[in-house]
Amino acid sequence: MIQLQNVTKIYANDVRALSDVTLRIRKGEFVFLVGPSGAGKSTLTKLLYREELPSRGHIIFNGKSIVRMRPREVPYLRRKIGMIFQDFRLLPQKTVFENVAFALEVVGASNREIRKAVPAVLGMVGLTEKSSVFPDHLSGGEQQRVSVARAIVNNPLLIIADEPTGNLDPETAWELMKLLLDINRRGTTIIMASHAWDIVDAMKRRVVELSGGKVVRDEEEGSYRYEA
Amino acid sequence: MRLKTITYYLREAVQSIIRNSWLSVTSVGVVAVSLLILGCSLLLVLNANNIAANLESSVEISAFLNEGASVNDVNNLKLKLESLSEVAEVKYVPKEQALEEMKDNFGDKKDILAGLEEKNPLPDTFRIRTYNVEQVASLAQHLETYSLVEQVRYGQGVVEKLLTLSRWVRTAGLLTMILLGIAAVFLIATTIRLSVFSRRKEIGIMKFLGATNWFVRLPFLLEGMVLGFSGSALAVLVVYFGYLSLIGNIQISLPFMQLVTDRKLIIPLMEGILALGLAIGAAGSMISMRRFLKV
Repeated sequence: MIQLQNVTKIYANDVRALSDVTLRIRKGEFVFLVGPSGAGKSTLTKLLYREELPSRGHIIFNGKSIVRMRPREVPYLRRKIGMIFQDFRLLPQKTVFENVAFALEVVGASNREIRKAVPAVLGMVGLTEKSSVFPDHLSGGEQQRVSVARAIVNNPLLIIADEPTGNLDPETAWELMKLLLDINRRGTTIIMASHAWDIVDAMKRRVVELSGGKVVRDEEEGSYRYEA
Repeated sequence: MRLKTITYYLREAVQSIIRNSWLSVTSVGVVAVSLLILGCSLLLVLNANNIAANLESSVEISAFLNEGASVNDVNNLKLKLESLSEVAEVKYVPKEQALEEMKDNFGDKKDILAGLEEKNPLPDTFRIRTYNVEQVASLAQHLETYSLVEQVRYGQGVVEKLLTLSRWVRTAGLLTMILLGIAAVFLIATTIRLSVFSRRKEIGIMKFLGATNWFVRLPFLLEGMVLGFSGSALAVLVVYFGYLSLIGNIQISLPFMQLVTDRKLIIPLMEGILALGLAIGAAGSMISMRRFLKV
């Protein structure tokens, strides 16, 4: 489903974030991106939802070139990708329901669709009771579940999670992982950048390690650190 | 577009205007002032042209006669004038009739002229029309050579002066309006820039959720247009009602002034000003979005 072919990204200030990355991710995979800060994990995710364009190389998503895509096609690409961030990125002046509904409003869904889809995903992430609460009154774990609900409400093909457990305590982090696994089992591809070695080790999923902008390891059922 | 989306955009725009209330008020004010100046100068031009046109169509020469001219002399002169080839019509207006006409012009205020009957200061007059306007100046000169004629007057100079004035008002008004209009556009651009800045987080979220460029932009465009429209509505209200009360007052105190009161002329003028306000607002938003809203 996703193919990166010799992708190099050099930022305007001559920083080489990725060099010659070739990677292939199949539909339904759960892939961890690991590696030290500045290894290029964030850049890789930004390239996937076309926040950034590669300096060289090709990226194919769902059979289409992201690089050659016209600017006005970009929103439609992003509607197929759900984003989850470390800092949740919820709108504080909107309730839980409105935050999730926003993802549908933005794509022009009707009121009826919104009234149907939002309670369904809120039920899935276990926040039905918190529907009319504002994000500031929620715990970190609950806020992150809202952002998961927002990411899946459009039925995306791919979920990109950038350090989603970074701001959560271990217990809530595990709850979130169960939720993501659940979503993955229903067929959604998930790419998760993470520093949480315990989670990565326990999940036994594909691990792609980046270092200095290069893929240095790519193992099925891998662990956080390379085991000799 | 569906109603829900429209209400979403409008709500966003109004919230943003409230958030940046001071700058919003300033932008609206500058739009209002610039369009107020435009409106006033347009009305002035409209009226000056109207008066000039009225005068031009009624250019006649008034030849004021010496006091105490005998009936005989007057009749002789009349015959002589009528024999001139360029003269179309000669009308003798004795001073009593001239006073009556003046009273009519003053309408309710004719009391001002009370008591003038005893010692009428107005001269007996010949009103002469020519076959065509170009002949007026030379005929007027010729009339001055008659000993019976004390003074000759005609409207030509006034018409020219009025048209010059109208041109001046138009140029000056347009220039001021353009300068202020540019200032208004940039003030609105600044307001929108602040508004974009204060909502950059939301914009970022919209973008990764897959909002189209226009979905992100439209609230800001609308905000600029609401600002521009508010300013122009203010200007139109002031100009329109100001002008109506001016007409009311002038028709009472200076009834001989012929102002344009035709709503068919004034209403399109006001509509034009409103449209211009919208355009100023839209231009301001576009400038700001081009520079600060990378989508």
